[in-house]
Amino acid sequence: MDMVRAHVLCCGGTGCTSSGCEAIIKEMETQLAANGLEKEIKVIKTGCFGLCALGPVMIVYPEGCFYSRVQAEDVKEIVEEHLLKGRIVKRLLYKETIEEDKIKSLNEVDFYKKQKRIALRNCGVIDPENIDEYIAFDGYKALGKCLTELSPTDVIEEIKKSGLRGRGGGGFPTGLKWQFAAASQNEKKYVCCNADEGDPGAFMDRSILEGDPHAVIEAMAIAGYAIGADQGYVYIRAEYPIAVKRLQIAIDQAKEYGLLGKGIFGTDFNFDLEIRLGAGAFVCGEETALMTSIEGKRGEPRPRPPFPAVKGLWEKPTILNNVETYANIPQIINNGADWFGSMGTEKSKGTKVFALGGKINNTGLVEIPMGTTLREIVEEIGGGIPNGKKFKAAQTGGPSGGCIPAHLMDTPIDYDSLIAIGSMMGSGGLIVMDEDNCMVDIAKFFLEFTVDESCGKCTPCRIGTRRLLELLTKITEGKGTMEDIDKMEELCYSIKESSLCGLGQTAPNPVLSTLRYFRDEYEAHVRDKVCPAGVCKALSKYMIDPEKCKGCSLCARQCPVGAISGEVRSPFVIAQDKCIKCGACMSGCKFGAIYKK
Amino acid sequence: MKSLAELQEIRNRTLNNIIMRKEDGQGVRVVVGMATCGIAAGARPVMSAFVEELAKRNLSNVTVTQMGCIGACRLEPIVEIIAPNEEKVTYVKMTPEKAARVVAEHIVNKQVVTEYTIGAAE
Repeated sequence: MDMVRAHVLCCGGTGCTSSGCEAIIKEMETQLAANGLEKEIKVIKTGCFGLCALGPVMIVYPEGCFYSRVQAEDVKEIVEEHLLKGRIVKRLLYKETIEEDKIKSLNEVDFYKKQKRIALRNCGVIDPENIDEYIAFDGYKALGKCLTELSPTDVIEEIKKSGLRGRGGGGFPTGLKWQFAAASQNEKKYVCCNADEGDPGAFMDRSILEGDPHAVIEAMAIAGYAIGADQGYVYIRAEYPIAVKRLQIAIDQAKEYGLLGKGIFGTDFNFDLEIRLGAGAFVCGEETALMTSIEGKRGEPRPRPPFPAVKGLWEKPTILNNVETYANIPQIINNGADWFGSMGTEKSKGTKVFALGGKINNTGLVEIPMGTTLREIVEEIGGGIPNGKKFKAAQTGGPSGGCIPAHLMDTPIDYDSLIAIGSMMGSGGLIVMDEDNCMVDIAKFFLEFTVDESCGKCTPCRIGTRRLLELLTKITEGKGTMEDIDKMEELCYSIKESSLCGLGQTAPNPVLSTLRYFRDEYEAHVRDKVCPAGVCKALSKYMIDPEKCKGCSLCARQCPVGAISGEVRSPFVIAQDKCIKCGACMSGCKFGAIYKK
Repeated sequence: MKSLAELQEIRNRTLNNIIMRKEDGQGVRVVVGMATCGIAAGARPVMSAFVEELAKRNLSNVTVTQMGCIGACRLEPIVEIIAPNEEKVTYVKMTPEKAARVVAEHIVNKQVVTEYTIGAAE
């Protein structure tokens, strides 16, 4: 065996892949070979580190140097200076890790300090394509413990005691779900994993599958043992090619090691796992639609009861948990329910992973103990809002959730507090908005999404959401009336109450919560025909300030529709009936004479 | 996988390779002076010798890293061995042959090779 004296961990998550990590890893290998270092330095492609905004990122051990925004041209310098001579390339270090000429540990920087990584503990630490590394970090130990020391009832009791609730958004107690399925008498049962992450801006499940696929496999086998199932399915969207590839590699390795298959750990427990690819319909994230889709039928929900724990996949008792829920299971078995229960709040135990996006400095993946406030996430972990803008609201739960306005920033993030303020935990998308975002436009954006994704089976969702979108569009175009706002609200409640599945029942949430906290913005659109944030095109106007205009004619030449006219050296004017509000004139003006109203 | 022992074996085998990524993996550190003076005096073959020697003995929990110039350029190549809870030992004028002996005597058997240390050279 070769002695490896340094490890270069390169992030190979989807975020860093799109910012070019493949080329960097290739260049790294070339440069190491050129310097004769290929035997003593190992390059490892890991899952997501979390700080996607700084990608491509890499960490060099044993020093623990965190290099950010690495480009292929920088690799030569890292190899020749750092890896060969031990001189850290300071200019590429993540600047928050440098303090008075010393390097801080990554765990001490603001982004990671408040985080507690349980579901993500191996992401960015191990090589997801190498089962041995997972085993070295206590992998499959929990499965071994369950099969050799605990009875299925013990396992369920432990999960119940931990207080773990479903991380897909619903927040149903996981142990209880398992207990129901275990109690259903049937010779065949199934364990399913929901990896059909469809919320715009959410990528928690993808990152776990990319960074630590074995954790999900191990947990599903534990679930199989607990409820008496010998077959599992992971339903994952085909748009996640890296996650699908790594999960398949992991399943193959687990089979090769006998951690999946027959007689696991010398017991009579058998468990097999297969991947089912989803075509990317949002509704297939709903449990009954997901199972219908696994069966090979059109992905449409069906009424409940019967619940899946009684009649699920192929009419057999089935449990369906989300990727992140599963990622917590081996940890609970290894460290005990009390350890898990010591984190979080009274009714929401443990941690939650959020995909932080929108108007925030540190875009990326964060895992925080339940009960952390939104302010801590946005201002401390997220590093605040770029360009000195003001925080306006955060959207949680994607198209099913709602927004949290600035005055509620100190609300602790847990299942019940979020529902109390009209939003929801959701699967973990967290989109931050600043003063330049129009809340009516945001509600419209999410509604456009649900209108597109409604499966069409039930009328309230199929037609109701479309009518709702039409009303919203009317308002953003400045044609709305005050009655429209009331009508919209009433329609929202009808859709919520009468839709068949979660998609329709939650679709009006973005409208309801923006109406609740930003009613004045809706009213400004209707009554004053003004979009306060200046987003809605139909309601904004570009004007030239005659005081500032020098009459250079640049704007007139840049206007694509010839809407600007005037005489050189005297103020120009925009003909509002011709203007298409593209903003080309404003960005081109050298004197700041054009403004938006 | 037929037993827990089998799992434990894979775990132990792999742990050696990943120990440096664990935060509590505080083992012996071999630090080689790789400033210009060190490289000119032949630090690179010395470092390679340490790496090869450690690999041969399949030693876990030992990391090899580099450092800059500590000011005693005339004594390069300099290698420091830092073990937890022990005083740092500085070896000077190292060669690949001396490296092999330091690994065998100091790192494996905990006996400092006094004749190679900076104290003996001064």
